[in-house]
Amino acid sequence: MIAQFFVLSQRGDNIVFRDYRGEVSKGSAEIFFRKVKFWKEDEEEEAPPVFNVDGVNYIHVKIAGLFFVATTRVNVSPSLVLELLQRIARVTKDYLGVLNEDSLRKNFVLVYELLDEVIDFGYPQTTSTEVLKSYVFNEPIVIDSARVPPLGPASMFMQGTKKMPGTAITKSVIVTEPGGRKREEIFVDIIEKISVTFSSSGYILTSEIDGTIQMKSYLTGSPEIRLALNEDLSIGRNSSSVYGENKPSLLAADYIVALFSLKLQIGYVTDYRSSSGGAVILDDCNFHESVRLDSFDVDRTLSLIPPDGEFAAMNYRMTQEFKPPFRVNPLIEEAGQLKAEVIIKIHADFAPSVTANTITVQMPVPTYTARVSFELESGAVGQTADFKEGAKRLEWCLKKAGKMLQIVGGSEHTLRAKLTFSQESHGNIAREAGPINMNFTIPMYNASKLQVRYLHIAKKSPSYNPYRWVRYVTQSNSYVARL
Amino acid sequence: MAPPPAPPQKSPSPSQPSGKSEVSDLKLQLRQLAGSRAPGADDSKRDLFKRVISYMTVGIDVSAAFSEMVMCSATSDIVLKKMCYLYVGNYARCHPDLALLTINFLQKDCHDEDPMIRGLALRSLCSLRVPNLVEYLVAPLGAGLKDGSSYVRMVAAVGVLKLHHISAATCLDSDFPAVLKSLMLTDPDAQVVANCLFVLQEIWNLEANKSEEAARERETLLSKKIVYYLLNRIKEFNEWAQCLVLELVAKYIPSDTDDIFDIMNLLEDRLQHANGAVVLATIKVFLHLTMSMTDVHQQVYERIKAPLLTLVGSGSSEQSYAVLSHLHLLVMRAPMLFSSDYKHFYCQFSDPSYVKKLKLEMLTAIANESNTYEIVTELCEYAGNVDVPIARESIRAVGKIALQQYDVNAIVDRLLQFLEMEKDYVTAETLVLVKDLLRKYPQWSHDCIAVVGNISSKNVQEPKAKAALIWMLGEYSQDMPDAPYILESLIENWDEENAAEVRLHLLTAAMKCFFKRPPETQKALGAALAAGLADSHQDVHDRALFYHRLLQYDVSVAEHVVNPPKQAVSVFADTQSSEIKDRIFDEFNSLSVVYQKPYMFTDKEHREPFEFSEEIGNLSLGQESVGNAPRYDESDKDLLLSTSEREENGGPSTNGPAASGYSAPTDYNSSLVSLSSQTQSETAISDPGMPKYTSQMTLAIDDLLGLSLNPKAALDPGTFQRKWGQLAVSISQDCSVSPQGVAALTTPQALIRHMQTSSIQCIARGQSPNFKFFFFAQKLDGPPSFFLVECLVNTSSAKAQVKIKADDATASEVFFGLFQSALSKFGVL
Repeated sequence: MIAQFFVLSQRGDNIVFRDYRGEVSKGSAEIFFRKVKFWKEDEEEEAPPVFNVDGVNYIHVKIAGLFFVATTRVNVSPSLVLELLQRIARVTKDYLGVLNEDSLRKNFVLVYELLDEVIDFGYPQTTSTEVLKSYVFNEPIVIDSARVPPLGPASMFMQGTKKMPGTAITKSVIVTEPGGRKREEIFVDIIEKISVTFSSSGYILTSEIDGTIQMKSYLTGSPEIRLALNEDLSIGRNSSSVYGENKPSLLAADYIVALFSLKLQIGYVTDYRSSSGGAVILDDCNFHESVRLDSFDVDRTLSLIPPDGEFAAMNYRMTQEFKPPFRVNPLIEEAGQLKAEVIIKIHADFAPSVTANTITVQMPVPTYTARVSFELESGAVGQTADFKEGAKRLEWCLKKAGKMLQIVGGSEHTLRAKLTFSQESHGNIAREAGPINMNFTIPMYNASKLQVRYLHIAKKSPSYNPYRWVRYVTQSNSYVARL
Repeated sequence: MAPPPAPPQKSPSPSQPSGKSEVSDLKLQLRQLAGSRAPGADDSKRDLFKRVISYMTVGIDVSAAFSEMVMCSATSDIVLKKMCYLYVGNYARCHPDLALLTINFLQKDCHDEDPMIRGLALRSLCSLRVPNLVEYLVAPLGAGLKDGSSYVRMVAAVGVLKLHHISAATCLDSDFPAVLKSLMLTDPDAQVVANCLFVLQEIWNLEANKSEEAARERETLLSKKIVYYLLNRIKEFNEWAQCLVLELVAKYIPSDTDDIFDIMNLLEDRLQHANGAVVLATIKVFLHLTMSMTDVHQQVYERIKAPLLTLVGSGSSEQSYAVLSHLHLLVMRAPMLFSSDYKHFYCQFSDPSYVKKLKLEMLTAIANESNTYEIVTELCEYAGNVDVPIARESIRAVGKIALQQYDVNAIVDRLLQFLEMEKDYVTAETLVLVKDLLRKYPQWSHDCIAVVGNISSKNVQEPKAKAALIWMLGEYSQDMPDAPYILESLIENWDEENAAEVRLHLLTAAMKCFFKRPPETQKALGAALAAGLADSHQDVHDRALFYHRLLQYDVSVAEHVVNPPKQAVSVFADTQSSEIKDRIFDEFNSLSVVYQKPYMFTDKEHREPFEFSEEIGNLSLGQESVGNAPRYDESDKDLLLSTSEREENGGPSTNGPAASGYSAPTDYNSSLVSLSSQTQSETAISDPGMPKYTSQMTLAIDDLLGLSLNPKAALDPGTFQRKWGQLAVSISQDCSVSPQGVAALTTPQALIRHMQTSSIQCIARGQSPNFKFFFFAQKLDGPPSFFLVECLVNTSSAKAQVKIKADDATASEVFFGLFQSALSKFGVL
């Protein structure tokens, strides 16, 4: 199993180092760092998460700018180790509130304590914050979260609507607030990463939503909660007919029948395609261990006793067509010798009540571009445009400036740029530039239309009424428009 | 993210004065606090302990403070205790004398009334890793296994394994495995059960080589009773323990099909788990259980697609990479099943390059008649990408698809469009592909040459691309009006050409061009030969000399040798045998899948349970011969197998150093071993030391001896190993080797190729000074009958030892004669 676990800073310093089995030399952290830093094998710029040096397997994930690394000599399951590393980071974050180099350094004794319980002699024992609570005694030294730019998907709520308590997401699950009692609250975040590729003529070539219902519970006394999703939600539009078509042998039939009954139970076979146009159809989904699906088929309700800390209650994937939040119209045209003009138009295709946070648009331009002059739209506040000479790329950034909300639904923004070339372009200039990539975050918007109808918390007493935060956010994963 | 504050700049070396004075300072302070019962003493101790441990983390040796730390450990503060345990665990092994100091208080803590303290003390006690202290472990461990607290039992179970690592004998003598076994089958706490399971697995695995009883015990872990017991409690286990159980179940051999369906139905909902490790472990169980049931196996593929794709999208890119590696393996086995899911493997902007590369390989594999257009269109988009390595990879992918398709019409057009993009790296990659394409589809030469002819050789700098362009100039000089003149200008710049590969190709191209257009090329050829003869590179020099003498001897013979009529290459050889792929498939859900090679090739220290493989492991597999043995004949019978065989899996292995002894070709282009006569003649040229041969000659001798060998014999290393282990030696003979033979062996490749012409294939070979070869051959007629040969040539004593094993031992005498005559023709005997 795992021989060692360590956390390295971006500069390669050991922040935490735990040797579980004494099978790998102590110099492994240095070997690892050198290998990652100077990774040039096979023309790849980035070291893969798993590699082998002299019989030692190094498995790592990068989180918050830190390397979480496990070494082993055994042919382990890479998924298991990677999941474990990710989970160690999450548990640590639950405890420390914020995960970064500073908080780890301040709390390394606590981290060692956690590590001793999470892994014993290389075998994972438990990663549940809930269980660990009874084994871990150090109090976290919470670093001043206001100073630290928050990380992770939850951070975008900070800039979003004012309703959210800004500190909540950087709160440790075990520290009581300075004011005395712990605040009873639960966060349910519906986070969707969307990937869209537009063809040069503006058609959608591919689109996909990877969504997560992420929970973070600060509830005491383990109350049961019920989370109701869209009633017309259906799952598995691709796999519903597969088993029926086959003519299975008698023996195979058992399995198929069983599969069918299971599918019925979680609602695979229900097909809304014909009846209603607006139904949400997920391709597939998976659930956290704690989630019970007893009534999922009847009323699309998940019931669970949320464990402490942050966890993904449900992950889902959707390739059903959806309306992309932005339309992008890029154009590049030659404008005489050694000159070209670029026009990028983006249209926010959502309700005016919704506002996107920072948007950045990147567009690679021909490598022989020497100079670029920009023309921002008149009265543009909070917009910047830049030519990154090294990367030969235009960067257009739209930010919220003061109280001015730039990117409200329905608005349209245009960037014009004049390129000057150092040599004559040969042939098709559109092939030398692009594709355009957009990065954005839109709070309180979700592209899939998956909704939480209600969040019910079992009451312990009549006065018990914890805070419930249900938040939606849509993020770009890969939002590409080709030229 | 704001730049993190600078870390405390402590020198990692204990020899530095700063570290030393800090440590002695700490010692002093600890000593002062040791006996203190003043209020707040614990807090000061905590601070001091923290400093000690922070030094330890940075790498400063604070073992000097050992006795002070132990003195301070007499406390009821659990946080202090834990830090002390951590410290002790870190230094006990290197300072066994000091460790003895801790035994006392640890043993005492093992009887503490707080189960937390009992557990922690026991864990620390077992983690000391000091051999001469094991006697102190047995009693606390025994008590721990019976403790009322599940936490203590959990710790004690792992403690048994730790004890086994320090002293296996003590562990076995105390009969701990038996205790663990009963605990595993009765304990109410699932984590205790899980710990017992992995401890027993590891102990029996380690012991299995030494004792038969341990091997039997290891088998009982796979018995129906235990497997079913664990499966019935599967939901009680946490996700990590579930993985452990599932891994065990994957090795279980079901008694009948009901058994299989019971297990699958029970585990079906594990495929919905959010933890990718659980899902993959479940998939492994499903795939292995249904191995022999083709139609259910197919359904499993259909069933697992969606969960796997969801995992790819839901985790970090590292997690997606691990899942994608497994999808990659499945795609390689059954491209058909994924052919409509190709869009999932399109590269996304945010994908790191290691993910993109995997996706490109999958797109290449999936491409078939129905989706090629879409896939190639997508790949062409990447070719203009700013990410140059991925752009190159995409172009190669288009080329590979072209080579595996029957209808390449559209693809050729796309490739030619690449050439018009006038990006250097695009042109370079494309030229290499066009060359391979022309070797397979000569009918496209007209279209291609028209475009290639327009490329200025000045824009082509990469040696591989330049070599490809030159090859085309030579090969199609009759269709390219400028060919002689382009070659001439290239030859003029001979001295500036750094790559020997390019210069070699220039020589050959000049020759070919000369045969077709003598008056225009004569001058250039003369210049090339002169430059070649003066070349400092041995191969270039030799080739120039060889051409020169050939031309002197007879121009028409020279033409026949250098530019013989060619057959199109029908199939480019697969670089990874299906056996290797099967082995990786057996190791599903392990690092082998990520590395794309069986683990024995990754891990040098790994030992296989059976004897023979150790030998094979130290030998380099004869990829050349595997490549030449045309096993594509057998394809198209079974969907799963044939598709994986047809696969061009030439992607460079992404990870780690190539394992010792296993030299899998990592470069796609260099590993293209073609089956045409063309390469044979070209290699003959590049390898002047190799004797000439003709196939007629071999056939005649075969007839003479009354035994005909199958020239297309194929045998995989696994089967070879098995057969070698099963069969008895029918002939074992020593022969002496001539000095010329010893000299000829400096190029063992040549011998291998030579033996192939006698229909004797090499499957593996070792390195000098002891040349060890494993050959095999198959009788042409009748039921499949193989001859296996081990040939050990000791160059220093000039002796060769030949061992032959045969399916049909009666024929081995005749085969030996054939083998000997083949060897002597090469000059070895």
